[in-house]
Amino acid sequence: MNGRMFDVLVIGSGHAGCEAAAAAARRGAKVGLISFRPNDAGQMSCNPSIGGVGKGHLVRELDVFDGLMARAADRAAIHRRMLNRSKGPAVWGPRVQADRQLFRSAIELLLQSLPIERIVGEVTSLRLNGNEVVAVVLGDGTIIKARSVVVATGTFLDARTYLGLECRSAGRAGERSAIPLAAQMREVGLAARRLKTGTPPRLDGRTIDWARLEEQPSDDEAWRFSAHPEHLPSVPQLRCAITRTTIATHDLIRKSEDQSPLYAGLIEGRGPRYCPSIEDKVRRFGDRDGHQIFLEPESLSDHLVYPNGVSTSLPLAVQQAFIRTIPGLERAEIVRPGYAVEYEHVDPRRLTPELAVRDMRGLFLAGQINGTTGYEEAAAQGLVAGLNAAAYARTLSPVLFDRRSSYIGVMVDDLTLQGVTEPYRMMTARAEYRLALRADNAVTRLGQAAIESGALSAERRSAIERHLASRGTAAFAESQEGQADALYAPYIERQRREWAEVERSRQVRVPSSLSFGGIAGLSAEMVERLTLARPHDLDQASRIPGMTPAGLTALHLAVTRAAA
Amino acid sequence: MRRADERGNDPRVSDTIFALSSGTLPAAIAVVRISGPEAFAAAERLAGDLPPPRTLSLRSLRDEGGELVDKALVAIFPAPATATGEPLVELHCHGSRAVVARVLEVLAAVPGLRHAEPGEFTRRALQNGRLDLTEAEGLGDLLAAETEWQRRAALRAADGGLRRQVEQWREELVMLAARAEAAIDYVDEEETELDLSELHEAAERLRSEWIAALEAPRAEPLQQGLRIVLGGPTNAGKSSLLNALVGCNRAIVTDIPGTTRDLIEVALDLRGIKVILVDTAGLRESEDRVEQIGVSRSMDALRDADLILWLGAPEDAPAHPEIILVHARADERAGEVVPREAIATSGRTGVGLDDLTDALRRRCEALLPAPEQTSLNRRQAEALREASDALNSLKAGDPLLTAEALRQAMYALDRLSGRQSTEDLLDALFGRFCLGK
Repeated sequence: MNGRMFDVLVIGSGHAGCEAAAAAARRGAKVGLISFRPNDAGQMSCNPSIGGVGKGHLVRELDVFDGLMARAADRAAIHRRMLNRSKGPAVWGPRVQADRQLFRSAIELLLQSLPIERIVGEVTSLRLNGNEVVAVVLGDGTIIKARSVVVATGTFLDARTYLGLECRSAGRAGERSAIPLAAQMREVGLAARRLKTGTPPRLDGRTIDWARLEEQPSDDEAWRFSAHPEHLPSVPQLRCAITRTTIATHDLIRKSEDQSPLYAGLIEGRGPRYCPSIEDKVRRFGDRDGHQIFLEPESLSDHLVYPNGVSTSLPLAVQQAFIRTIPGLERAEIVRPGYAVEYEHVDPRRLTPELAVRDMRGLFLAGQINGTTGYEEAAAQGLVAGLNAAAYARTLSPVLFDRRSSYIGVMVDDLTLQGVTEPYRMMTARAEYRLALRADNAVTRLGQAAIESGALSAERRSAIERHLASRGTAAFAESQEGQADALYAPYIERQRREWAEVERSRQVRVPSSLSFGGIAGLSAEMVERLTLARPHDLDQASRIPGMTPAGLTALHLAVTRAAA
Repeated sequence: MRRADERGNDPRVSDTIFALSSGTLPAAIAVVRISGPEAFAAAERLAGDLPPPRTLSLRSLRDEGGELVDKALVAIFPAPATATGEPLVELHCHGSRAVVARVLEVLAAVPGLRHAEPGEFTRRALQNGRLDLTEAEGLGDLLAAETEWQRRAALRAADGGLRRQVEQWREELVMLAARAEAAIDYVDEEETELDLSELHEAAERLRSEWIAALEAPRAEPLQQGLRIVLGGPTNAGKSSLLNALVGCNRAIVTDIPGTTRDLIEVALDLRGIKVILVDTAGLRESEDRVEQIGVSRSMDALRDADLILWLGAPEDAPAHPEIILVHARADERAGEVVPREAIATSGRTGVGLDDLTDALRRRCEALLPAPEQTSLNRRQAEALREASDALNSLKAGDPLLTAEALRQAMYALDRLSGRQSTEDLLDALFGRFCLGK
């Protein structure tokens, strides 16, 4: 291995890493994928589901570029729901429960179908030549040369897990964390802040009283994520169930607050507001008489059940006690305790829209390391980083995503301009053009760009071409996409007029040499934000948090003067 | 004198400007402001040693020759916490025309200083982030305020009265939008179940407030003056009346019908309210091409008037919501009956002019926003109209299109206040609902 040269080396084989490696390989790059352990690819560390509102859109968009996640989720689906069916097609959210083992083996098979070299080891450092990445160094001293490196280490960067007041250095329960790499990231000024996330205990499904619980059946229609699905062996569809916490649950949790690492001051990282631990829910929303819990089977081949809604880092004894105050779970056994994980992330404002580190040539970052949460968000970033790392290594055109035509574009734009203050999750509320960005029209929106990227199989390419050619036919008008197009046509026409306005602001480029510190009318805070995010044009600048019209006028003036 | 753009690419280095910043002279006190990097140095040249920042001290202002110009109170304000964001000096001089003219002359002779262009202090404040857009508009109006009435309304906008109102509307709207968004992005959570008709009712209440604000008098007549058009047949005494109201012979008056052929506009301070009096060609059929054009201009002026003084027969008056009937040349029409509700006047004897001025003043006040009332200018009204239109199209039974309408309205209010609401929306969402599993 010593002395070998790759176009793209990907560190980490989670959802971001796998998509990055696969996308780079599809663009013809020579790719190496490095992970701590063999067969580590495609693990779902938290809830066993793929998709949802906003997230489902990301999966559909990934699929247009021949990404892995949609196809793997189709193969592993054991429960399907099209969320928001009653609320209009633009916000329908395809979501599946995926069998963990089936999902992993599907990802493994898809990776094996591509020319990707798998490497087992821990990357302890990146080798730099000036401000350029030239190689990675493994724990055993092996040096692997690469033209570009994609770091997709998820929560593993100097990660610590918490169970009660007990803290371990681990990226996932029972797995070690990447400490030397974190130290180097800090050294080159990339590590920013710590974030926190958590996971609920896993229950033994055989100890749950299913008969007493409200059932949530799978959709009748076996819809697929992939626009061009394979013929799949039929997988049995399971049922989920709904229950809720009780006053007794909340009393117990309140009494145990002193044993929570969240309130003992151990965890400094900020957790998401939208996916709070049950301790947080009880503390912040104490007036509620109960919080819903969805009991989701994890697999066909074991009995694990994921109680969605009770993420916690309380000690195991407290977890066991409060679980049993919940209807249907009076006799439930915990197989694995819930825990919190705190990890380091990079300020994504340091990245370009290609997800390349702005002042470090050849270095790309994707996934939770950029401050996001969720498999879909990670995978979508993996696609962006992989396509563009290959472009960098092989001098191909970059592939850029626009917030007017994709949720991927919304996410990359949000991350690189606004940064994160909590783990970033995709929501349709973030997409100002969401009537045009639907899960049903991903191929139409991104098909041409996908074809131009050259990252497609021949079958996919011709399927996209067929779809694009079919628009305008009577059959298309009858299709789900065609009907949704007609429904939203007047609204989209108005958006087009707004785009004209946006386009004018886009024409005003902010030169990369412009020193924001010298612009009168910008507060020190604004100067710092602009310097970090380095907006490319006035339109981007207008989306930087805290930007006032006065500030924008000042910037516009400075840009105009600089150009004169 | 170096100009800002010749100093390289650092736009913070601007030149130093000065101007009389207080009202019309003569006055008891006149305030001259100097703003820019050379402000303190310039003040030092005139006043000698400077007082400590933000302290008014008496100084003798002298010209280059050492001759005394005025004894004035001097205050200096270091950047950035000044009205313009730059180093700022105020010279409180005696308010005579001669003194102020001489002070400005001496300042103009200081290298690097120049007289400010209209509104330039405000523009610098805006550029230096000392004002937001609604505040700047209020201040801009303040600078242009020519009358007491305008000054009071402008002060209120600059003080953020409009900003506070918009902020309150925006907060209410953000809460409504958060409810709709929560229902879309957080499915399956009992918290976020949406009562669409209740949401529509709340939006309708908000919209009716906006419509009331839109229907209230606008800010523009405050700056531009209400247009009061004198109309009537030829030789009705319009030009005499105009001259009498203005107090000078502004319009040519003869007893030849059709003397006035074009519009004559005169600005007038009507006891604190700025008005424009417009004299028009008398309305009659005419073969004269020039007079025909004049008559057609008269018709246009009458149509666009804020208020009409009608000097003809009441039954011939044009249809217009604001008309005052005037029985002009009353001294020459002794035998005639003054029509009901008409005010009898005579430009020659001055009879009835006070009554007419009182009536005018009362009608004008009603047409202008009260000084205490938040008034919108055209840009602000446009944004509010857009927000209100967005909420007008709420569709029953479609939560997504409802959410879109609320977002459109929110973006429109953002343009009014210059804020971005998406983060506020998410804050409202997560602050109010227990979301996520």
